[in-house]
Amino acid sequence: MNFDLSEEQTLLRDAIDKLVLKEYSFEQRRKHSRGRGGWSREVWAQLAEQGFLGLPFDEASGGLGYGPVESMLVMEAVGRGLMLEPYLDCVLLAGGVLRAAATSQQLEAWVPPIVSGEQLVVLACGEKQSRYRLDDVATTATAQGEGYRLKGSKIALRHGEAADRFLVSARTSGSRTARDGISLFLVDAGSDGLRQRSYRTQDGLRAIDLMFDEVLVPESHVVGTIGEAASALERGAQSAIAALAAEAVGCMQAMLDLTVDYLKQRKQFGGPISRFQALQHQAAEMLVEVEQARSMAMLAALVLDDDDAAERERTLSAVKALIGRSGRFVAERAVQLHGGIGVTEEAAVGHYFKRLTMIDLQFGDSDFHLSKLAAGGGLIGRAERA
Amino acid sequence: MDLRFTAEESAFRREVQAFLRDNLPDDIHAKMLEHRALSKDEVVRWQRILNARGWATPSWPREWGGPGWNAVQRYIFLDELHQFPAPEPVSFNVSMIGPVIGTFGSEAQKAELLPRIANLDDWWCQGFSEPGAGSDLAALSTSAVRDGGSYVVNGTKMWQGMGHRADWMFTLVRTDATVKKQAGITFLLIDMTSPGVTVQPIITIDGRHEVNTVFLDNVRVPVANRVYEENKGWDVAKFLLGNERTGIARIGMTKYILRRTRKLAAEVSDGDGVVADDPAFQRRCAEIEVELRALEITQLRVLAAMREHSEKPDPRSSILKLKGVELRQAASDLMLRVAGPLALAAEDEFAPPSPTDAPADTEWGSTVAPLYFILRAASIYGGASEVQKNILAQAVLGLPK
Repeated sequence: MNFDLSEEQTLLRDAIDKLVLKEYSFEQRRKHSRGRGGWSREVWAQLAEQGFLGLPFDEASGGLGYGPVESMLVMEAVGRGLMLEPYLDCVLLAGGVLRAAATSQQLEAWVPPIVSGEQLVVLACGEKQSRYRLDDVATTATAQGEGYRLKGSKIALRHGEAADRFLVSARTSGSRTARDGISLFLVDAGSDGLRQRSYRTQDGLRAIDLMFDEVLVPESHVVGTIGEAASALERGAQSAIAALAAEAVGCMQAMLDLTVDYLKQRKQFGGPISRFQALQHQAAEMLVEVEQARSMAMLAALVLDDDDAAERERTLSAVKALIGRSGRFVAERAVQLHGGIGVTEEAAVGHYFKRLTMIDLQFGDSDFHLSKLAAGGGLIGRAERA
Repeated sequence: MDLRFTAEESAFRREVQAFLRDNLPDDIHAKMLEHRALSKDEVVRWQRILNARGWATPSWPREWGGPGWNAVQRYIFLDELHQFPAPEPVSFNVSMIGPVIGTFGSEAQKAELLPRIANLDDWWCQGFSEPGAGSDLAALSTSAVRDGGSYVVNGTKMWQGMGHRADWMFTLVRTDATVKKQAGITFLLIDMTSPGVTVQPIITIDGRHEVNTVFLDNVRVPVANRVYEENKGWDVAKFLLGNERTGIARIGMTKYILRRTRKLAAEVSDGDGVVADDPAFQRRCAEIEVELRALEITQLRVLAAMREHSEKPDPRSSILKLKGVELRQAASDLMLRVAGPLALAAEDEFAPPSPTDAPADTEWGSTVAPLYFILRAASIYGGASEVQKNILAQAVLGLPK
């Protein structure tokens, strides 16, 4: 039992912290958000240059072969800086699904342009009816000649507008909600029959819905084995949950720091409002939730490579359930303690608030995961002590 | 980063489990399983079984006759006691007065008292709080006036846990009323059989007699029974109160309440099924378990920091106390809801047992509400939740006092 970082991990954390400090003041962020796609290609190039885009990928495919703890360190910094770049979407989520599904030859061909920053790959799996269920896939892929024909639509692809390729889940057999029969395809963004509707997200990014109108995909772009993508999608979603937990912790710590600073400098009734116990106690309650969330982000990183699939799934549900609640709690309190300024566009706290709200809604909100855990017998009831 | 305990730590856990299986008397275990109160004899018997194994004083170093465990070993030991469940060693003796004597006591006090404290030959109670000094402990007004070789003590002490069983009371008294309130306090050991000591029961909301009021009327205490210097008692008190917060989250206790709750839910009928089938119950259980899992990791983080870096008290312990209590209270509330109408009857009302009524298989119901009731006290004693929030706001977040 040890919660210290290795020397290498400390260096990595220092490097990403330095980058956030240099590039992601609140004013700089505002500028980045006005760039093409709503994020900064320059920052992305720096992430590539410093190796961050290759973090989770094997050396054979051009990456650094680091694990979930290193991803956690990066995502915490992403959260603290409210970074707009598609690190989660491309490197950890699409990357996580690719690593779980693709053959080694495919990884060697497709990963290097991700690592170098030349290509952006975004996962397209959610559909209008699927909510948080990865197995609910209505989009179909029908064999045709030397490939497949995709028909259907996907929603809420963050950073989809900027994507060069989509990693698309589609059904090759079985009923709409069957676990078997889901396949993955790597689809070029310029393919015929692909249409998108783009929009701004509530938390300051760009996203798209994607329509497949008889899009042809060559056999060579079937990722892994036909019909067996469900477990790879789960692994990807689990990587994303762990990443979101770390991002949430970064956001929460930043909000707590902002709030404590604000309480100390805001004067009312003849002195700083930090002297009021009603406000101090709310700040203390925020601290408790930040530390509980931090514990869960660590747990998520440490369980992500566990071979026991059921244990992994249960634990990550517990993580997401707690992160959703603690994140929303801290976000709401921080806005409240900032008073009027907290509900304005000009204060950073509101932007963190919106991001934490959306984090709860990605890959299952706290209600979804609590119900799932409850139906599965909870955490303690099932197994007696080891 | 690594969550796993070392091979030695896991082996130690198994050793504790085996010891409990082999040595905890069945009658005591049966009471613990149902959250029932223990008699004095039962507590003494168990303490001596632990002492014979050298485990009655988990936080003591070897030089005091303790096992010399580090923070992780102490945590594992307590966690196993809580989950089994087995009684903890008497905390007034082992976690409070023992370390005080070991740290501040004279050589004579150490040699005479430490072995008796460990073996529960002397049962100790705490004489700190007063009617006018609760969270603001330094406001205490019990006075001690020097008269030859004795102090003459007058005042009222409150909340003496097990004071009616105690042979001795360690106490804070005011020896100088003219200085800043913390600077005029002295730490005295009072023989409960001294003339002028009167113990009056306080019955708590669970119907039990655990705490007392102790009246001190011209009680003569030999100067030799003073610990540390006159007017330096506040240093001793701060040491005592900051000491031994390793197991403060009581996670193992909450786990046991949840296990008992799930077991009862699987037995208590609800229509054609049982309470455990109710999705609302399952959901509430999962909510508590999720928070408890997070707290367990928070606890391990604090422990790891203590093991790696120092043994000094960590202000994050206040998080453990706050959340730990909240979850124990929530778990006991859930157990109460599971029992439902079966929780109505109070223990005494089952007597006298009659062969024709009082179905014996629901008698456990009388143990459920008292646990919920008395756990309300857990967010009040040992630093009320509001005090813990003050500590976090001021010591960790740097907000003004």
